[in-house]
Amino acid sequence: MYEIRIHSRGGQGGVTAARLLAMAALHDGNYATACPFYGAERRGAPVVSFVRIDDRPIRIYSQIRSPDMIIVLDKSVMLTVDVVHGLKTGGRILINSTHKKEFAGYITNNVDLTGIALRENLVVAGSPILNTPVIGALAKTGIISADSAKSAIRGMFADERNIRAAEAAYAEAGA
Amino acid sequence: MKKIVTGNKAIAEAVRDAKPDVVAAYPITPQTEIVETLAEYVSSGQLASQYIAVESEHSAMAACIGASTAGGRTFTATSSQGLLYMHEMTNWAAGARLPIVMANVNRTLAPGWNIWAEHTDAMQERDTGWLQVFVSTVQEAYDTIFMAFRIAEHNKVLLPVMVNLDGFTLSHIMQPVDTIEPGDFIPPIHLPDSVDPKNPKGYGTITGPGDYFRFRWELAHSMRESVSVIEETQSEFAKRFGRTYGLTEEYRCSDADVVVVSLGTLGKEAEVAIDILRDEGIKAGSLRLRWFRPFPELDLAGKEVVVIDRDYSFGFGGVLAHSIRSKNLVKVYSVIAGLGGQEVTYDDIAGFIRNRRIGGESWFGVNDHV
Repeated sequence: MYEIRIHSRGGQGGVTAARLLAMAALHDGNYATACPFYGAERRGAPVVSFVRIDDRPIRIYSQIRSPDMIIVLDKSVMLTVDVVHGLKTGGRILINSTHKKEFAGYITNNVDLTGIALRENLVVAGSPILNTPVIGALAKTGIISADSAKSAIRGMFADERNIRAAEAAYAEAGA
Repeated sequence: MKKIVTGNKAIAEAVRDAKPDVVAAYPITPQTEIVETLAEYVSSGQLASQYIAVESEHSAMAACIGASTAGGRTFTATSSQGLLYMHEMTNWAAGARLPIVMANVNRTLAPGWNIWAEHTDAMQERDTGWLQVFVSTVQEAYDTIFMAFRIAEHNKVLLPVMVNLDGFTLSHIMQPVDTIEPGDFIPPIHLPDSVDPKNPKGYGTITGPGDYFRFRWELAHSMRESVSVIEETQSEFAKRFGRTYGLTEEYRCSDADVVVVSLGTLGKEAEVAIDILRDEGIKAGSLRLRWFRPFPELDLAGKEVVVIDRDYSFGFGGVLAHSIRSKNLVKVYSVIAGLGGQEVTYDDIAGFIRNRRIGGESWFGVNDHV
């Protein structure tokens, strides 16, 4: 089982990213569950969502305690939240950032998802859409296939700019 | 078709394809997504139902009662305080033998104000005459809605069915769902005593001491009869759509020395605990009750029993533990866990089983044993 925790702010699309990732995993022939952690959060507050991917049906509902991968859609969350908490030794971190921040003992990948979204003019209500580019970056790591990533995005969004953004993130991300 | 949807969306999709004549509902967290989605289906023309946006849950159930009395297929959804507000009418729905289907997204009762999963809301409807089923996956939630309509409207049953799913834990989680074309799995609704101007009947009339008990006996009889209708419906579902459901779901129980009994998503989490215990050499099994009303016959002979209750009856104990004790005449270790959405992991459940004290009661997170 591969477990992923996504850190974002309410309204940034972290939950949709989790759903797209689960859908892509399903296209790959795997099982997946995606769940937001619901608390008293609101738009702009730090939020987390979780994705589990496995080749067998997933029976666990409790929260992910030691994820294999952390995704940070908004790096300002790192000022108040210990995003690597519980991350398995040697685990992956994907950060939406223009800076090359590294975490010792982990495989860190910095991708400018915001820049990619802005270049494709993927902006809704003033906020760049991060959930489709991040799926492209994840495909590069091999957790999901590139074809399944595209199928998942096309299944949810008709606008091809989402595919171009995912492709750009795929090109920019490290494996 | 396989897709990734929340428990709430899956319920709404199944209801759409079950084609109710009337949906009457009032929003409440964490159920709102169900009725919101159904309202969208109606307004976009995907569902040809009357959607009655009522001003309270009491009215939601009253509207369903009216529509069902007129012979229509009816659906509503609620949670927690909303269910309690319906309570007068839920008794009426069952007593009047109206096959209303309701999704109850299990949520804690206030105070303190809490929107997360607990089963006490459903337990307070235990004695109303509703059939109650607790589901554990999004797929099961989806499939059970189709079965619920067929069972409720079966002329041997004619009782309302409450499909319970854990708030947030299941209502908001996204899992794969393989959707179905129900075809004629749910036959056209025909209620023998629906309103017919050509054949007037009395509804809700005074029923004196000489007659009332007969209606209650008939209700009790139909509830007993519902067991065979549930079994027949579940096997027909398996035949048509390839997914098998029972009155209970057993996991590694047959050779188990100790069995943990639970409802809802805790039953799935428990299966992971069982695998851990088996690796340690402990012969444990999990028994998840799907149907709570009618209460299934269980074979627990020769096994130690641990019961997890996500509910409580003050001055008595866990409602599920009590049910198991009294129906099976066994001593159990009663664990009260998951109240107010309290996180309960597979490791915690494995701990309940390892540290069992048969005959005792323990509250998870509170170091006080009763």
